[in-house]
Amino acid sequence: MTGVRVATTPGAARRPPADPRRRSRVAVAGLAVAAVLLALVALGLGDYPLGVVDVVRALVSDQGFATTIVTEWRLPRVLVALAFGAALAVSGALFQSLTRNPLGSPDVIGFSTGSYTGVLVVTTVLGTGTLGVSAGALVAGLLTALVVYLLAYRDGVQGFRLIVVGIGVTGMLHGVNVWLLLRAKTEVALAASIWGAGSISLVGWSQALPAFAVLVVLTPLVWALRGPLRQLELGDDAAGSHGVRVEASRLAVVVLGVALIATVTATAGPIAFVALAAPQIARRLAGSAGLPLVASALTGAVVLLAADVLAQHVLPTALPVGVVTVVLGGAYLLALIVQEARRRW
Amino acid sequence: MVSQDRLRADRVTLGYERKTVSTDLSLAVPDGSFTVVVGPNACGKSTLLRSLARLLRPAAGEVVLDGTSIHRMPTKEVARRVGLLPQTALAPEGITVGELVARGRYPHQNLFRQQSDADRRAVADAMDATRVTDLAAVPVDELSGGQRQRVWVAMALAQETGILLLDEPTTFLDIAHQIELMDLFARLHAQGATLVAVLHDLNHAARYATHLVVMKDGAVVARGRPAEVVTAELVEEVFGLPCLVIPDPLAGTPLVIPRGSAHTAAD
Repeated sequence: MTGVRVATTPGAARRPPADPRRRSRVAVAGLAVAAVLLALVALGLGDYPLGVVDVVRALVSDQGFATTIVTEWRLPRVLVALAFGAALAVSGALFQSLTRNPLGSPDVIGFSTGSYTGVLVVTTVLGTGTLGVSAGALVAGLLTALVVYLLAYRDGVQGFRLIVVGIGVTGMLHGVNVWLLLRAKTEVALAASIWGAGSISLVGWSQALPAFAVLVVLTPLVWALRGPLRQLELGDDAAGSHGVRVEASRLAVVVLGVALIATVTATAGPIAFVALAAPQIARRLAGSAGLPLVASALTGAVVLLAADVLAQHVLPTALPVGVVTVVLGGAYLLALIVQEARRRW
Repeated sequence: MVSQDRLRADRVTLGYERKTVSTDLSLAVPDGSFTVVVGPNACGKSTLLRSLARLLRPAAGEVVLDGTSIHRMPTKEVARRVGLLPQTALAPEGITVGELVARGRYPHQNLFRQQSDADRRAVADAMDATRVTDLAAVPVDELSGGQRQRVWVAMALAQETGILLLDEPTTFLDIAHQIELMDLFARLHAQGATLVAVLHDLNHAARYATHLVVMKDGAVVARGRPAEVVTAELVEEVFGLPCLVIPDPLAGTPLVIPRGSAHTAAD
């Protein structure tokens, strides 16, 4: 099949295009280094403080008590913060890219709230244990996504309608959640509220490993979708004319994005802000067009680990990391609004 | 009658949700032609183009490309043969001209093979043909409307398809940029491309088309060489516009001159 071959103007001045990938590579490398350093510092913090050198030594060889502390007590939490931060950020990047809107984040359009509803139903109505909580969060998160998707569906799904419907569903689910909490016994409601704040402090190896396994399965699937996702940024018609199966790709993005955030939420509770902000921060750092997935993942990892260190060690009383991220998220949203306002008026 | 042309719509019924736009519509795009589709608003010309681009699945009938129903071919295979300049396309924030044009190479890439020499050459050629090479490192947000449209054309050209569909390519441009773009299309056509454009301007259509298709109410009412098709009677019938048709003093093609209310009574 011969295509249109266009005659090249001889001697045309051809300025080599500046390589935008270079900046992106530098950003990715910088973020990776930051993540590793922050992790080493975090592993040393606690009632039994260790320097970075001691932490490395404890990791690579058996140092007795220090190794036990680092690998058994602190490592799960640090790895969970890194992996969950990355998963949340990628989920956010997928949805924001899909909706072409920085507000089109899964925590804004109801999926975390839906997961919380599932947990509340499981704990306050059914009264089952931790496995039930994970299952409830997962199933309810997926159901919420399905409802939002179907309500927003009209000859295909448009980003903006998905956001508006999602915000509406979030509002309704909030009401349901409050009602469920009010009718529950005090101690049950208290336990449910702690989960609802979003915390990784109680996550040990036994909870972390299943979640890691799911994330390992999801990663190559997300990777395979990045091509169609990039074309979808150009609009549905352009993407379709480039051979992207628009609706099928969009559905795949929704499913993967929900699976990522539901995995995190089922294990740690709803953690706000990371999915919302990390992709936007990553885009500015990498100077890329569209939302960069790898840089977003690394940014999310760094942000969540930093927030957890802040919640655990810096603040006078240890708080759930979800509380810290909510506060950061509020500040970020305000900054976003101020910036928008400055640009328009 | 079986057409040997590469791309044709064969007795298609087209529409959206519950609204049917065209029924039993057939149209062959002659190979190597510059086909231009004209007609009043909502006559179904863009809908027809979307079905030729595989963006819209006909409720009945089929669009045939190289002898095969277009919906039975792999989507990327179609995209290597038929390109589209969409009516609305979005440039991701901060993307440079070079990056945007390179995205037109998507149908030639796969998961494991991202950028090849063939890709780079196609992108460079497309940018030369549309004269945007010097803008390669400039963010698309900073371009004027005319430049931006040339960049989108470059992206479609980078796709290296033998057939290119153009959905109202000149609508939002001033007259100089409209002509610049039409001349570009004429050059591409002269180099062997088959073009199908939906246009609003009858005089542009008459001057540049080798094959003119006139649509009304979802049906093709006339087609052929512009000199044979464009008559005062047809324009009045299709657009409801009283007019005079004279030969274009430069090109010799039909030139439509609307009478307007001030001159209708005087005639």
